[in-house]
Amino acid sequence: MRGDGAGQQDESNSPFVERRTYRRRRLMDIARLLPILGALLFAVPLMWPNPDPYPAPDSQGGMATSAAIAYIFVVWGGLIAASLAFGAAVRLWAGHWTEGGPQDGQN
Amino acid sequence: MASLNVLALVCLGYVALLFFVAFVADRRAARGQSAAWMRSPLIYTLSLSIYCTAWTFYGAVGYAARSGLEFLTIYLGPTLVMIGWWWGLRKLVRVGRSQRVTSIADLLSARYGKSNALAIGVTVLAVIGITPYISLQLQSITLSFAIFAEADPLRTYHETTTVFWVTAGLAIFAILFGTRNLNANERHHGVVTAVALEAVVKLLALLAVGIFVVWGLSDGISETLSRIDASRIGTWQVDGGRWATITFLSAAAFVCLPRMFQVMVVENEDERHLRVAAWAFPLYLLLISMFVVPIAAIGLELLPAGSNPDLFVLTVPLSQGQQGLAMLSFLGGFSSATSMVIVAAMALSTMVSNHMVMPIWLHLQGGEGASVSGDVRNVVLFARRISIAVILGLGYFYYKLSGGGAALAAVGLISFAGISQMLPPLVGGLFWRGATRTGALSGLTVGFTIWVYTMLLPALGGGLLPDHVLAEGLFGLSWLRPQALFGIEGLDSTVHAVLWSMSLNAVVFCLVSLVTFPSPIERLQGAQFVNVFEHSSGPRGWTGSVAQSEDLMVMSQRILGATEAQAFFQRELARQGGRGTLPEPTPAFLERLERELAASIGAAAAHAMIGQIVGGSSVSVQDLLAVADETAQMLEYSNQLEEQSAELSRTARQLRVSNEKLTQISQQKDAFLSQVSHELRTPMTSIRAFSEILRDDGDMPLEEKTRYATIIHDEALRLTRLLNDLLDLSVLESGQVSLNMSAGTLNEVMDHAVSTALAGSDHPIQVRRDPKSEDIRISSDLDRLAQVFINLIANAQKYCDAAPAELTIRVTRALGEVWIDFTDNGSGVPPDHQQLIFEKFSRVSPERAGGAGLGLAICREIMQRLEGDIAYLPGQKGGSFRISLPIGRKIPAKTVL
Repeated sequence: MRGDGAGQQDESNSPFVERRTYRRRRLMDIARLLPILGALLFAVPLMWPNPDPYPAPDSQGGMATSAAIAYIFVVWGGLIAASLAFGAAVRLWAGHWTEGGPQDGQN
Repeated sequence: MASLNVLALVCLGYVALLFFVAFVADRRAARGQSAAWMRSPLIYTLSLSIYCTAWTFYGAVGYAARSGLEFLTIYLGPTLVMIGWWWGLRKLVRVGRSQRVTSIADLLSARYGKSNALAIGVTVLAVIGITPYISLQLQSITLSFAIFAEADPLRTYHETTTVFWVTAGLAIFAILFGTRNLNANERHHGVVTAVALEAVVKLLALLAVGIFVVWGLSDGISETLSRIDASRIGTWQVDGGRWATITFLSAAAFVCLPRMFQVMVVENEDERHLRVAAWAFPLYLLLISMFVVPIAAIGLELLPAGSNPDLFVLTVPLSQGQQGLAMLSFLGGFSSATSMVIVAAMALSTMVSNHMVMPIWLHLQGGEGASVSGDVRNVVLFARRISIAVILGLGYFYYKLSGGGAALAAVGLISFAGISQMLPPLVGGLFWRGATRTGALSGLTVGFTIWVYTMLLPALGGGLLPDHVLAEGLFGLSWLRPQALFGIEGLDSTVHAVLWSMSLNAVVFCLVSLVTFPSPIERLQGAQFVNVFEHSSGPRGWTGSVAQSEDLMVMSQRILGATEAQAFFQRELARQGGRGTLPEPTPAFLERLERELAASIGAAAAHAMIGQIVGGSSVSVQDLLAVADETAQMLEYSNQLEEQSAELSRTARQLRVSNEKLTQISQQKDAFLSQVSHELRTPMTSIRAFSEILRDDGDMPLEEKTRYATIIHDEALRLTRLLNDLLDLSVLESGQVSLNMSAGTLNEVMDHAVSTALAGSDHPIQVRRDPKSEDIRISSDLDRLAQVFINLIANAQKYCDAAPAELTIRVTRALGEVWIDFTDNGSGVPPDHQQLIFEKFSRVSPERAGGAGLGLAICREIMQRLEGDIAYLPGQKGGSFRISLPIGRKIPAKTVL
């Protein structure tokens, strides 16, 4: 991907690139997809039914808050984990971006 | 029971601790020896938690108690932004650093061609947008004081005075923290470190209360969850529109809030810190919101109906007699509020002073360009202190106006919606090169107006927006009702306001951008922003290193000269304590170096060069323009100097010339006087001698008497002639001669001259003429011209040594003039005398002289008066003179007098 700051200066534009370069470019795809995926997952609650104002005696009456909490926090935790993994992958595949700073070796 | 006094003491102690931390951090940073942990991603992540204010600490529980899980949207938005850091925040941070921006207003103005109008607009929007937010902090601190006051037996509590003192205290606090010093990059290590500490305190406090609720008041997680499900907020009942809108709003505000921009972009040490913050900050948000629902549910269950859910974090521990926990919780809330107020006031005051006060002040000072005096720093600091006070004052008045009764979350959302109006120009500026300044300004204006009309004014109430407008619309137009624009009813008021303001803002921004044409600077900056990764170097840290010192040394040597630069670096090294070979590039050192360089190359150029080396920032168009501006000023100045010096040397040259001339003239005068007296003395001597003989010798024969009398007469005649000639010459030379211009032919003049010159001569010289060629009409002073001719012919007669003597007069017409050559067949004038013959009293052979040697001098003077010339013609067979006389043009008589 041109101009995302992850590539090397003199990188080839041919369809067949080094494995490392290929990996890095797919990593950038993940970078773009992750927030979209997150937004979609966080939009799922929009489809949950609102509670019936006059619930039938034996009905559940909509989604329980505890279940909602569980869902949202699991998605949230999953996104955090994915972000952590992405950060590690960036360190691995876009190494030149992270090299040579004072924070190196601390993570 | 914790009395209010104890509470106040704890607050003051806590503030003192924060001060100490900030002071130490600032000092270490100024010395260039900040510890590694101070520049670590951890501190960066914790400083981002400035996002979690008293709204989070108190308001989230209240929000949850009122609307269930909707409060989570406030944290989900920023989470999404952080997860997308690679293509969002990373670009923002890179742009911020390469353009050295100091605030979001600065960033937007830089993107849109350094437009100060835009910067002012954004600043005004930010100040107005943040005002409700600051009042929210005041409200929460006041409420928490009130809770403790209720429990205090002494009960000397007044809400109004408390709010006032809280405001004043926070203002002083923010002024002391944020404007202690000025930093070129607007970075505040001390504040960031203190904020990080506060982030830990508030997280710990909320976690402590949460753990107490889940494991102390309830019996573990599962029981808590079932109690939640049994409570009023036990089912999922979130309005879908609000869920999506507020998630979007919080994401937008997270980027646009001035205080977030400050910690996220301006205070960023290293772009790579984002990589850690990308997961650590969402984790912080997750932790801080984890126990919100349990606290809300248990609070609803335990506390009497009607108690304010915004304060459950305090009241739940207090109701259980947990004084220590309540105190910790109070400190957490206090932390949240103070850190927000400090950073927000700091960021806003930077914007106000940089974009509003300073331009006006510089304008009033008469904009000297390169030579602004040094007391600007004091003006800036003063402006910032005043702005902080004003901003907090605005918050106070908002609190008074709105009555302080609203739910914290509702107040916060108003702020968010206002601040989010900056999102379209910001995102457009970063990703779309076609975005223009006019578009940004129009979009902002539209969005801001709609926000004020549909959200801010209705929330303020209190007569600012009359009730009938609220009910029937502006001017009675129902489609202009603030909460049902264009007749669309039934929407939630927040969703309604955000929907209209953001969408119209974005649409106007895009449309106006499409139809307007950006200025050259805008287009350059647009390319710099959108393609920032191609225009800037890698994610180097700001942190100084000796390698940078070397670069600085090389650069300074080029500019200052090797000796001066080395001496300067040695002095700095000694000042820093003298370890190593080169000084550390501390801010103080860089500042002094910049001043040193500025003296040689101008402030803008010095700033750009040091920024290039130390900041890793690219040189912006503004830098170049500023440098060019200064260079032009200097060039102009040096041009002026050059002109002056050229004029001086010209004057000196003229003086020298006229001095020489004067000396020459004085010498000529002396020579002339001595010659004249000599010429006069010779005849006088003989006159005196012969007259004495005549007087003394009585019996002299008549013949003798007659002879002597003749001699005396001749000498007297000679004297008269000499005096006449002298008179003539002086009249001619002084230019007071009056010419009698008349027309005639050369032939007539020549006839007259020849006959006059040869009259009375025993052996007249043979004159050869060509009468045909002499038939030329001339317009001149014919008498004077004849005088010249007579003189020349008489000279030939006198000096021509050939036998028989002959004089040839040849007339030739040349371009615009006529040449009359008088050539005799004698031996001519010897070459060493040819230069002198026109001088006064010069005679080639004195022994044969009849006159005083003034004839040719008079001729030359006459010819110059007649705008012609007379010259000796060398290389002829005999003596030869050429007279050139202009023909065909009239000599205006009056100019010659």
